[in-house]
Amino acid sequence: MYLLKLLFRNAFRHKLRTLLTILAITIAILAFGLLRTVISAWYAGVEASSATRLISRNAISIIFPLPLSYKDKIRQIEGVKQVSWGNWFGGIYIDEKNIFANFAVEPKSYLELYPEFILPPDQLSAFLRDRKAFVAGRKLAAKYRWKIGDTVVLRGTIFPGTWEFVMRGIYRGKDETSDESQFFFHWDYLNESVRKISSSRADQVGFYMIGVSRPDRASDVALAIDRTFKNSLAETLTETEKAFQLSFISMTEAIIIAIQLLSFVVIIIIVAVVANTMSMTARERIGEYAIFKTLGFRGWRIAATICGESLFITMLGCALGVALTFPAASVFKSLLGVYFPVFNVADETLYMDFAAGFLVGLIGSIVPTWRALTIRIADGLRRIG
Amino acid sequence: MRYAFFGQMELKTPIVEIKEISKSYRRGSRIVPVLVDINLDIQEGEFLALMGPSGSGKSTLLNLIAALDKADSGIIRVGGIDITSLSEGDLAAWRAINVGFIFQFYNLIPVLTAFENVELPLLLSGLSKRERRDHVGLALQVVNLVPRMDHYPAQLSGGEQQRVAIARAVVTDPKILVADEPTGDLDRVSAEEILDLMDRLNHESQKTIIMVTHDPRAARRAHTVRHLEKGYLNSTVENGIARESKETG
Repeated sequence: MYLLKLLFRNAFRHKLRTLLTILAITIAILAFGLLRTVISAWYAGVEASSATRLISRNAISIIFPLPLSYKDKIRQIEGVKQVSWGNWFGGIYIDEKNIFANFAVEPKSYLELYPEFILPPDQLSAFLRDRKAFVAGRKLAAKYRWKIGDTVVLRGTIFPGTWEFVMRGIYRGKDETSDESQFFFHWDYLNESVRKISSSRADQVGFYMIGVSRPDRASDVALAIDRTFKNSLAETLTETEKAFQLSFISMTEAIIIAIQLLSFVVIIIIVAVVANTMSMTARERIGEYAIFKTLGFRGWRIAATICGESLFITMLGCALGVALTFPAASVFKSLLGVYFPVFNVADETLYMDFAAGFLVGLIGSIVPTWRALTIRIADGLRRIG
Repeated sequence: MRYAFFGQMELKTPIVEIKEISKSYRRGSRIVPVLVDINLDIQEGEFLALMGPSGSGKSTLLNLIAALDKADSGIIRVGGIDITSLSEGDLAAWRAINVGFIFQFYNLIPVLTAFENVELPLLLSGLSKRERRDHVGLALQVVNLVPRMDHYPAQLSGGEQQRVAIARAVVTDPKILVADEPTGDLDRVSAEEILDLMDRLNHESQKTIIMVTHDPRAARRAHTVRHLEKGYLNSTVENGIARESKETG
């Protein structure tokens, strides 16, 4: 109790210095938390992926299509429960600033395969009935203030032309890891339109989405699919949804590594700030530590005072940083929600924040503690006056 | 050794026995001797003043007696215990029980009140909070500072701060008080108050006081005055009060 009182009063002896240090720690923890959340958001698709879904694409590259006829052969493979297909549409809304994920999908099978996208029954039937219909996630609809019945026009990039859609539904995600910023419409609408412009591109799909009956059979099913189309004109590469998502992320691995390094650099900088503050503090109080030693206080009590003060300051800054991470993440999400549809501060990030704060406090107090413990009493007392 | 000082006072075994103590400091490549072959006995209940010019080794000798520093050679026995052979940890525990400290600049902890500063040495004693409160109250009563016990050092005058320091020194009821220039930072009136207080502690509580001072007025309060010069202890033993009578008479 006495120790707590002492370290609390010591911590606020130089109010401005302590407040500036706390502010620096707060900003650093906030930056660390946001950077870790960016990394988590990058992997959100991976986290949300299902173990019972496979993605099959052209073995050469995803930009090459697969014949629509594969769907029947895939259905016949043992262990396959459902098959759906789709194309990345790559449409632009109004101008290039408005980028969001938009797909042409076979609607019925797609929604069966992705139960995490929840659509009210009346909207579902309206969507299935209308070939020009589209469904958008709740966040996307809110962002552009789309309402049911609105006509939305996308400019095609992969499939040139102006494409008109009518909004028939707004889905919501099953949980916070579900992406609520997608736009999907009828694959048939795309296929029919493409057939009119360029018949050679018709009846081609970008990828198949396959539901398997048991997760433990996923790899066997994937091998069986690829074996079926081996030595054909369009060989397949089938992998779990997780592996498929990771293959996309691996393209941007350098950026993720840079962000990870940056987040740790922030922590290293803050260690230096805290160590500097605590060193200044210990230098000023070296005489007092000598008094404590004179009175018979052992080294561990003095070490506890310095470490405790350092931890008190850092954990206070850390708590403030963590508290500010939530509103900051919310602002971040509203500004960059298109790039990071799932941008939630994960529990792991909070644990890392507190662990980082604790380590910073501990490391920052090592040198001052060592100096306080090793100074000779007579030398320390000489510094007073 | 048994001898009498003050004429009327028969003395017992010395409480402090210093045998052949030497101490030197290293300044760069040079080794500077600070104390050379010091032999000194201090009797229980004695009030000893150590005088000498700056750099003569007075404070170093005081630090060695109080176990704040280690000698290069020789033996110091305090209350029969050879403190030169104790480890750092044992010395810390020994100091907490046996020695009270009074410094020139009071050396109070600025973030603690007068009460808390006095309570500080008791935290190592294992006393309950209530017992500590009683002890502190008594010590503050001795120095007549009970009304100021909730004040921080910065809110007290120099004399009051030194009285708090004295209360802190006596709160554990040590046998020995060491004082390094206790009046060096005080005006004349405050200095007299502090010296009166030390006199009382010596006479009424039988504390053995070892005081380093430059101030002849302070030295006059001591029973014995010893002089150090260039690390050597003069063989002349002065009687402080007798000296005062001679000077005033």
